[in-house]
Amino acid sequence: MEKFTTLSAIAAALPEANIDTDKIIPARFLKTTQRTGLGQHAFDAMRYREDGSENPDFVLNRDPWRKAEILITFDNLGCGSSREHAPWALLDFGIRCVIAPSFADIFFNNCFKNGILPISLPRDVCERLMDDASMGENARLTVDLARQVVIRPDGEEVAFEMDPFRKHLLLEGLDDIGQTLQHEQGITRYENRENQEKSWMPSIHID
Amino acid sequence: MSHQPQAFEGLRLAGRRLRHPERTIAVVDHNVPTSDRTQPIEEPESRNQIETLERNVKEFGVPYFPLLSANQGIVHVVGPEQGISLPGMTIVCGDSHTSTHGAMGSLAFGIGTSEVEHVMATQTILQRPAKNMRVIVEGVPGHGVSAKDIMLAIIGHIGTAGGTGHVIEFAGSAIRGLDMAGRMTLCNMSIEAGARAGLVAPDETTFEYVRGRPFAPKGEDFDRAVAYWKTLSTDEGAHFDKEVTLRAEDISPTLTWGTSPETVLPISGTVPDPAQEPDEARRTQMQRMLDYMGLQAGQAISGTPVDVVFIGSCTNSRIEDLRAAAQVAEGRKVAQGVRAMIVPGSGNVKRQAEEEGLDKVFLEAGFEWREAGCSMCLGMNPDRLTPGQRCASTSNRNFEGRQGPGGRTHLLSPAMAAAAAVTGCLTDVRELV
Repeated sequence: MEKFTTLSAIAAALPEANIDTDKIIPARFLKTTQRTGLGQHAFDAMRYREDGSENPDFVLNRDPWRKAEILITFDNLGCGSSREHAPWALLDFGIRCVIAPSFADIFFNNCFKNGILPISLPRDVCERLMDDASMGENARLTVDLARQVVIRPDGEEVAFEMDPFRKHLLLEGLDDIGQTLQHEQGITRYENRENQEKSWMPSIHID
Repeated sequence: MSHQPQAFEGLRLAGRRLRHPERTIAVVDHNVPTSDRTQPIEEPESRNQIETLERNVKEFGVPYFPLLSANQGIVHVVGPEQGISLPGMTIVCGDSHTSTHGAMGSLAFGIGTSEVEHVMATQTILQRPAKNMRVIVEGVPGHGVSAKDIMLAIIGHIGTAGGTGHVIEFAGSAIRGLDMAGRMTLCNMSIEAGARAGLVAPDETTFEYVRGRPFAPKGEDFDRAVAYWKTLSTDEGAHFDKEVTLRAEDISPTLTWGTSPETVLPISGTVPDPAQEPDEARRTQMQRMLDYMGLQAGQAISGTPVDVVFIGSCTNSRIEDLRAAAQVAEGRKVAQGVRAMIVPGSGNVKRQAEEEGLDKVFLEAGFEWREAGCSMCLGMNPDRLTPGQRCASTSNRNFEGRQGPGGRTHLLSPAMAAAAAVTGCLTDVRELV
């Protein structure tokens, strides 16, 4: 997984609440067997017209936001399905950081697993960042994960909260399976105890 | 429970195996056609995805119900049906409707593909304790009111983010009175209320349901398991971060009018007017929903014509759901111009329905009687709406384009869906039964 340390980038505003994962990546694009290549279908229904051409009004179809690496929305971003294709599509498009007043739980977790930083900030702050974003190239936002601040174009710093463990994994780009397997002895101890206490637990075998 | 190629790809790249394949089950559901299965699958991407899964389960030794097995079906129907999902378990699957299995009295929730890979490799998952929420429904549901109506009413009450960060325990006399299928419908849609997991404390209804199922403990083992399962109820005076109480008597047959599961109405209701909404962002969103759904503010929802009726999905495709739909369909005909589909949740549900003669009821009425799968719930297989089509659907999400680009979804119960099929419009089922 790619490390996330600091990001200085163009931000795009999608001033909507409840942007669900079907909107981020419709189910018909989930038949891929890989994690990459979904960026072209990100926000498909908003991004393309019925004839397949780009919708020129959609922010991610306009310069400079085509190159946006930060996305700012309103509440409950990523609600709906657990599809990890949502962060994969965002990442493949180039988004490394999402900012919203709140996130749906599963999407929030999935972002961390893919090196996307989700930042939760109050709605009025998001609105101000959206104003910055509307200025495009001249108004890059900088996200400094180590210091936990978003730096606005005028230099103002907005602090955000972050779980220390997740921060550590992002900063180091660590694979969390490897992390967990460091505790293998503990897992085995637990399993042995469970097997004794609940020997009735089924084993599934299908011929 | 697993169906995701990218998770196996990750294991392979890292040279890892499953820690406990015997605690894992794989099925195909999302992308399978629900028509004749003796022919090869037409869509090349779906075929590739299924063939990839079949290679993966073989390579990694994962128990698997293949497409042509009678046990194949939607994972959230198959797990409980087979006695694989049991009280007290922690169950995860790469699908947000894994919350369904909470009806067994287990902690069950959806995870992303990377987490599926993590669970396969370590049999553990890193979690922060969720907050507790209790939704209490007291009383006796009225005529024509099912678990689906209760859940839609709950989501309407607390909103699609009402349970975010929480696990919901469903409690109260109306919940205890539900059969297991009803409890599964309820827990299934916990995620539509924002909660990753929902559960019902296991009781005699649960134990009787589990008894005798293929993978459930048998004989003395069963008795020992039940003794443990009986300890799995909430302590008297336990703290809940959030508590909501509804009265079952206040709930009518309910359906959605918009493109979010919280946009619910009783069938006797009228489509809300955005002009009455003080918050500007909400007002704009409501107007967009009305435009998308092709509805007018103030119109009665009852009487709205439908093009398609879909009875199926992990929310409502169990034998009890099919019986409820058949009761309405019996002796009636699907209205002219309406396509009505019945998609059983598993091969076993299908077989049982056929033993009970439900297939004949449906076929005589003019419904399609299809093979098990996720079908039209999510537009990921050939069963899809075309733009502008209006669908009365027993599934769980009414997002824009969910059932196919431009498709218009009204979520409702199996009985209400059958009522829409035979009348050709959204209808109060109480007028028919």
